[in-house]
Amino acid sequence: MAYSDKVLEHYNHPRNVGSLDKNSPDVGTGMVGAPECGDVMKLQVKVNPETGVIEDAKFKTFGCGSAIASSSLATEWLRGKTVDQALEIKNTDIVNELALPPVKIHCSVLAEDAIKAAISDYKNKRGVNESRPEPVAVS
Amino acid sequence: MKKEMKLPIYFDNHATTQLDPRVLEAMMPYFTTVFGNAASRNHQFGWEAEEAVEKARKQIADLIGATPKEIVFTSGATESNNLALKGIAEMYAERGNHIITQATEHKAVLDTCKRLEKEGVRVTYLPVKQDGLIDLDQLRDAVTDKTILISIMYANNEIGVVQPIKEISKIAKEKGVLFHTDAVQAVGKIPVNVIADGIDVLSLSAHKVYGPKGVGALYVRRRNPRVQITAQIDGGGHERGMRSGTLNVPGIVGLGAACEIANREMAEESKRLQFLRDKLKDKLMSQLDEVYINGSMEHRLPHNLNISFAYVEGESLLMGINDIAVSSGSACTSATLEPSYVLKALGAGDDLAHSSIRFGLGRFNTEEEVDYVANKVVDVVSKLRELSPLYEMAKEGVDLSKVTWAAH
Repeated sequence: MAYSDKVLEHYNHPRNVGSLDKNSPDVGTGMVGAPECGDVMKLQVKVNPETGVIEDAKFKTFGCGSAIASSSLATEWLRGKTVDQALEIKNTDIVNELALPPVKIHCSVLAEDAIKAAISDYKNKRGVNESRPEPVAVS
Repeated sequence: MKKEMKLPIYFDNHATTQLDPRVLEAMMPYFTTVFGNAASRNHQFGWEAEEAVEKARKQIADLIGATPKEIVFTSGATESNNLALKGIAEMYAERGNHIITQATEHKAVLDTCKRLEKEGVRVTYLPVKQDGLIDLDQLRDAVTDKTILISIMYANNEIGVVQPIKEISKIAKEKGVLFHTDAVQAVGKIPVNVIADGIDVLSLSAHKVYGPKGVGALYVRRRNPRVQITAQIDGGGHERGMRSGTLNVPGIVGLGAACEIANREMAEESKRLQFLRDKLKDKLMSQLDEVYINGSMEHRLPHNLNISFAYVEGESLLMGINDIAVSSGSACTSATLEPSYVLKALGAGDDLAHSSIRFGLGRFNTEEEVDYVANKVVDVVSKLRELSPLYEMAKEGVDLSKVTWAAH
């Protein structure tokens, strides 16, 4: 199979590889896929709680070149967006940008799912944190 | 003189092999000057073609311990397997309707069996053990009074595992059942002898032994027992009525020449390839952790290595080693988007099937190439593991088998 230049570029020079502290309240983590399906994506966002802007995004992906490229591209796009803007990223945008063939569309779907999962994790953390009563200090 | 290393490097010799220049040389006259039809009995052109075909028949027979009359030419091993299974099922239908084969056969056998099932034949697909070998007790237990044929491959095309052929044929003989073997990967690579091995019917192909594509043969035993096969292609009654169609004389000459070379050079060549294969294995396993060999190392073709690099997906690995021709059991590299059924049959788990690479060494590979391939694979696997969330989790001590995955 021939790969598009953009897929090759992301595969050879993946952007934003790494991990953020998953226990930080400002970090949302999304992990989607399964090893037996041949792809697992971990995508993390670090959000500024004041502005709601994604300040950092990192990924690690087990999967084919198109899956790696899709998640690498997603982290590029996430940086600087607000949480709500991030949710507007569609898998079709990724397909178009990377010129993915039909058999690789699932890679872009996985990337979209990873974004949604990371944001949802972040929102859950905020929601839980906001509604949780202050811990009572026991001495 | 040392051959200079050229890229890309071909390490996919289970898929096909390069035509040996000596084979090409033997074939050349039969494309042009000696162009007769081997079935033309009344002139010089036909006689010369027939003579060439009969010489090839002997060269092939000599390699596998058969007699020339037991060799039937076909278009390749897929046809040979079809002819063997369908031809025997049809010929022996009155005796029984049960065939025993096993899970890791080539599709040419499995899909032929599926076709036969639609026509009322009962097929038992034996599982394989974790090392890729069948369990002989299970084989013995599977035989019924309706069983007419056992078809078990000599050596596997993905994992190179060599089945216990002599023991299988002994069971077949005990039970009075015919034994066919798809020996495509074994013939010309390791000693195969239809007498010593007790084989009744055997499929082989030219292009796996440095011969041309589009030609193969079926060995059909003529004595003890005399095996009969119903033809599947009707026509002029060539090949003693078993396979009609004008003989592919240049291809057959090529197959014969390839077999003669293999017969002469196999012992030395297999030693050399085993040394190279072991060097590749040792280099990979000493420089990378969590590397798993698929299938028995003891009962294995000398030129095969099938390895899973845990936490790395096969297609992404192939992408990183794009100047090396190998194949992967990863779903992403297959037309069906399913991981290798052979590796799944070993019970290795789909994740390891997705992470597997098959290296198939051959006559024209060099030690320099092995060094290059080993270094490149180590580099790319290391890079991809840096990218892999699974490797990270494993290093953190997470048991991946206990994680609930959001499968899609």
